[in-house]
Amino acid sequence: MQNAAISNTPQTNATPATDAIVSIKGLSKTYASGFTALKHIDLDIRRGEIFALLGPNGAGKTTLINIVCGIVNPGEGSVAVAGHDIVRDFRATRAIIGLVPQELTTDAFETVWNTVSFSRGLFGKAPKPAHIEQVLKDLALWDKRNNKILTLSGGMKRRVMIAKALSHEPDVLFLDEPTAGVDVELRRDMWNMVRRLRERGVTIILTTHYIEEAEEMADRVGVINKGGLIVVEEKHALMRKLGKKQLILQLHKRMGGIPGSLASYDLELGADGTELIYTYDTQAERTGITALLRDLGAAGIGFKDLSTRQNSLEEIFVELIKSERE
Amino acid sequence: MTLNFQAIRSIYKFEMARTRRTLMQSVAAPVISTSLYFVVFGSAIGSRITSVEGVSYGAFIIPGLIMLTLLTQSVSNASFGIYFPKFVGTIYEIHSAPVSFIEIVVSYVGAAATKSVIVGLIILATARVFVAYDIAHPLWMVAFLLLTAITFSLFGFIIGIWADNFEKLQVIPLLIITPLTFLGGSFYSIHMLPSVWQKITLANPVVYLISGFRWSFYGLADVNVGISLVAIFGFLILCLIAVSWIFRTGYKLKS
Repeated sequence: MQNAAISNTPQTNATPATDAIVSIKGLSKTYASGFTALKHIDLDIRRGEIFALLGPNGAGKTTLINIVCGIVNPGEGSVAVAGHDIVRDFRATRAIIGLVPQELTTDAFETVWNTVSFSRGLFGKAPKPAHIEQVLKDLALWDKRNNKILTLSGGMKRRVMIAKALSHEPDVLFLDEPTAGVDVELRRDMWNMVRRLRERGVTIILTTHYIEEAEEMADRVGVINKGGLIVVEEKHALMRKLGKKQLILQLHKRMGGIPGSLASYDLELGADGTELIYTYDTQAERTGITALLRDLGAAGIGFKDLSTRQNSLEEIFVELIKSERE
Repeated sequence: MTLNFQAIRSIYKFEMARTRRTLMQSVAAPVISTSLYFVVFGSAIGSRITSVEGVSYGAFIIPGLIMLTLLTQSVSNASFGIYFPKFVGTIYEIHSAPVSFIEIVVSYVGAAATKSVIVGLIILATARVFVAYDIAHPLWMVAFLLLTAITFSLFGFIIGIWADNFEKLQVIPLLIITPLTFLGGSFYSIHMLPSVWQKITLANPVVYLISGFRWSFYGLADVNVGISLVAIFGFLILCLIAVSWIFRTGYKLKS
C-alpha cells in the first residue's frame, strides 16, 4: 500500500504494529427493536487510505459509522481507533475523528463562522482562527462566514457540515453518503478536498450509493449487505477478480444468429445483430481471443472495428448482492 | 481523566449566544409579567392587606415572585436547551465529541442557571421600582438563588432529555411546576392557611424554597431554614442521580 508511507501523524506511536487506524473486531449490533443491523463485522482500515463502504439502503453502513463515532452504542465486539478502545478511551478516539453525517442537520440561527468554531471547541481544541479560515476558504464558504445558516442553500449547508467535521483537524474522516443530493460542482469540490486531505495523511472512510465514486476515489472497497461484510478488497483487485471483460466486434454485415461453428464460445449478438459480443474471463489461462478471431475468419465473418469493455464496479456490486440473495 | 474544558466553554458560549438572540423572549417577558404581578398583587390587592408578619404585603411577595420566575425559567431554559438539538438532530455532534456527561451537564445546566439568575436579579431590581425592601442575609440570598437555579436547571435538563415532543416539553412546567409555585406560598404565608392545608402543603417542595429564600430577605420563615437547605440539596442529589443514570444507560439519547 503506497499510502501507508504517509502515516506520519503523532498518533503513530500509540498504534500497534499493524498500520490499521481503525480496527473493528467481531462487531455486532442489535437495536432495542430487535433489528440486527450488524453481524460480526471484522474490518481494518489502513492509515491514510480512502475506504469506500458500499451497500444498499439499510445494509448497516450508517450503523457501522455511528458506532465508531460514538453516536450508537456498540453491541458485541470491539472497535479501536489509533490503538484506543472507542468505549474505554472515547476521549482519545473521538478527538481524532471527524464525521459528516448523512442528514443535513445544522443550527439555523448561528453564523457559519460561529458554528464551525463551536465544533472545534467541542472537540477540545484551542481556538485557531487561521485554520477555520482555511477550511472555509477551501469549501468556498468564506464569503458566507457571517451569514446565518438558515439563509444558506442545501449545498452550502452540506459544505458547512464538512467544515464542522474538519474544524478540529481530524486524522480520520467519515463521510456518510456525502454526495447524496449534491450538485456536480460541489461533488467535484468535495472529491478535490478528499484528495487534498489524503495527501496530508488523513484516512477517509466514505459510504456511497454512487459506485462510480468509489471506483474513482477509493483505494479499497468493502461491500456490506444485510449487516454482513461480503467482501473487502483492493479496488483494482476486486475489479480484476470479479470483472469479466467483453470483446465487442462491429460486424460488416448484420447477422441473424450465431453460426453453429462458433457455438462453443460465449457469444451474443448486440445492436440489432450488427455487434458480436464475446465475454471472457481475464483471469483465465487462455482468453480464447486468438482462437475466436481465427474461427471468425474461417466462417467468413468480417468486422470493421473492435473494442473491449471491463465490468464496472457497479456491475460487480449488483452481482455480489444478487449472489448473496440466492 | 481530564475534562474537556474547551467543550464546556464552547457549549456554554453557544447557549448564552442563544439567550442574547432571544433577549425579548427570555429576559423582557419574565420581567414584564413579574411587574404585572407587582401591580396587581402588590399595589391593587396589597393595599388592602396591611402586612404579613410585620412585612408590607408588597415586599412580602418579592422573594416568592423571584422564586416563581427562577423555577419556571430554569426549567424551560434547560429543557429547551437540550431538547432542541435532539429535535433538529444536531445532537449527533455532541455524541461524537470527546465529552462525557460531566461536560454536557455542566455547560448546558450552567448556561441555563446563569440565564435564570440574571433574570432573577433583574426582577429584584425591578421590584425596587414598586416597593422598598431590605435583604437581611444577602449572602444566603445569593446562595439560595444559585442553588435553586442550578437544581431546577438540572431538573429541566432531565425533562428535555425525557421529552420526545413539544407537548411533553411543556406538560411538566405547566401542570406541575407552575401549580406548585403558586401553592408554595409565593403570595401568602402558609400560616394563613387552614391548619389541615398547612400540613398538606408541607409535601410541596417549593414551600421550602420560597420559605428559605424569604428568610434570607426578612428573617421570617414558614419552615426552618436548615430544613429548606436540606430539601434543596436533597432534590439536587436526586436530579444528579437521574442524570448520571441517563448518561450511563443512554436513555432517550443513544440506541
